[in-house]
Amino acid sequence: MIAYIIRRLISVIPITLGVLMLTFLLFRVIGGNPAYRIAGKNATPAKIAQITRDRGYDKPYFVNFQNFPRQVFDAQFPRMIGKLVRGDFGESITTKEKVRNILIEGAWPSICLTMPLFFLNLMIAVALALVAAYYRNTWVDRSLVVLSTVGMSVSSLVYIMVAQFWLAGEWRLFPVWGFEGPQYLALPLLIGVVAGVGGSVRFYRTVVLDEMFQDYVRTARAKGVSPQRILFSHVLRNALIPILTNVIIALPFLYTGSLLLESFFGIPGLGRQLVMAIPNGDEDVIYAETFLGSMLFVVANTLTDIAYTWADPRIRLK
Amino acid sequence: MSAAASKPESLWAIAWHQLRRNRLAMICLGILTAYIIIWFYAEGVFWRGRILDKTPTYKVAHYEIRNLPPSAHHWLGTNYAGKDNLLLVAQGTRIAFEIGLLTSFIVIPLGFVLGALAGYFGRKTDTVITYLFSVIGSVPDILLIIGIAYVIHGVVDRSTAMQALTRYVDSGLLSVCIAMGFTGWVGLCRLIRGEYIKHRDRQYVLAARALGVGHLGIMFRHIAPNVLHIVIINFSLRFPGLILTEVVLSFLGVGIANEPSWGAIINDAKQRLWLGNWWELAGATAAMFFLVLALNLFGDALRDALDPKLRTADTKSA
Repeated sequence: MIAYIIRRLISVIPITLGVLMLTFLLFRVIGGNPAYRIAGKNATPAKIAQITRDRGYDKPYFVNFQNFPRQVFDAQFPRMIGKLVRGDFGESITTKEKVRNILIEGAWPSICLTMPLFFLNLMIAVALALVAAYYRNTWVDRSLVVLSTVGMSVSSLVYIMVAQFWLAGEWRLFPVWGFEGPQYLALPLLIGVVAGVGGSVRFYRTVVLDEMFQDYVRTARAKGVSPQRILFSHVLRNALIPILTNVIIALPFLYTGSLLLESFFGIPGLGRQLVMAIPNGDEDVIYAETFLGSMLFVVANTLTDIAYTWADPRIRLK
Repeated sequence: MSAAASKPESLWAIAWHQLRRNRLAMICLGILTAYIIIWFYAEGVFWRGRILDKTPTYKVAHYEIRNLPPSAHHWLGTNYAGKDNLLLVAQGTRIAFEIGLLTSFIVIPLGFVLGALAGYFGRKTDTVITYLFSVIGSVPDILLIIGIAYVIHGVVDRSTAMQALTRYVDSGLLSVCIAMGFTGWVGLCRLIRGEYIKHRDRQYVLAARALGVGHLGIMFRHIAPNVLHIVIINFSLRFPGLILTEVVLSFLGVGIANEPSWGAIINDAKQRLWLGNWWELAGATAAMFFLVLALNLFGDALRDALDPKLRTADTKSA
């Protein structure tokens, strides 16, 4: 088991390098000299030249042959990898703060919002999917499916604006802005669940229904297992694999959700930092967050693979 | 049954018969047709303004009638500049369809060709292409879309080739479509690759090979028609996601700026919602809601009709 996990983690390295290369190509090569974006639209050539020199954007991209064979790796891409390995993400342009500190500051509020949202979403979606599957082809099932599709068809931005305006603004049920206590998380969580649960319910329902027509369900029913017990201990157990996969697919969407939620409700998390970094041209913050997001995704993917073996012992570790 | 004696029905004819029986799908098709008519109308208004070099009516500001609630004259009210909201929302329909179309120009060739190559040739080609899309798939969609849109925005400002392009396509629209196209092909590529793996050893392919048909001929003349329905299903299920993502991009300031896309309208309406101007938000949200809902439901029905193997449990239990 441990050997498998180690092997699986090693296989993450080429993907990580690929992601680094992708973000590098995007921000440094395709986008041209980032100094233009950092300096803004009305910058003087002198300022652009200065930013270019300070941040090393005038160096070659991959290999430096100027002082061959010394300083071969004094180029942008190797330097960036070296910095990342040392945990140096550069510094913010607006506040001159280290991006690493910005990320550490933003992580806790983000976790406070995302983790409960993630588990609430999962539990509510699975519960509703089981209800729908249990009452399949009745009005309960149909209305749940229709409601989910309707819920999926509204922009999350609209959910946030409407709920913030009426529930928090007009009726004063929730605080509108800030991050000073658990009550500040209540409305963002509510919106996150309502906006996110629709798609998952539909998918889980399909998964559960797929399992319900398997032979083992018929066998269980034939030997007199109660329908509830079939649903919860037989079907749910077997539906876990597709559910686990979908949970991972949902992770990046979670990031979007919290991106908007954080910036609308003034929660000083990673998402809000990203939203504020874009108009300021805060290159290093955008870069670091993209990279961090991908790494979280890769790690989550690896964890799923490991979780598969727990959910289904038939899957052998190779 | 007489069908056995007569000419066998094609996949498309069978699918159409099944769709015809689905009342919900037919209603959705009606709604989509209405939207397409509005799209053509809006496109006409837009290009008329372009060709005659006049400001189109939806862009003319009337400051004496600003912020009016809905009335017989202005069904959806007017905005802060006295522009008729209904006309703006109609133009938003145009933008939504243009996004779907332009993005598909990137997604379908890229996803189809790479998926076909990977699935048909296997081995090293497959390894390289699989690596490519796992890397891109490792960056959470929304982060990559934001990153690309942000970078392309900067490129459009400086590159002369891009400036020439933006004479025909709005610069914001261009960057949004490039961003969503570049991330969107991964899903299609995965599906197409899987289909080609299934088809490459079928008997009709062996027969074609025995007759001396080349690789390209087999890939695109013989296999492609058998997997084309995947492209259509993928498009109809991807389209609503594009519309919803555009709203988020507008909010983040990397969306469409000079044209009234639904995202831009909703983002504009954000400030004035607090003044009680609900109609700006309501108009764009409703227009978006019905299109996305119709696309979601129609996409589901289309998938059930065109790909019996992918058929969801809805039809299985019915």
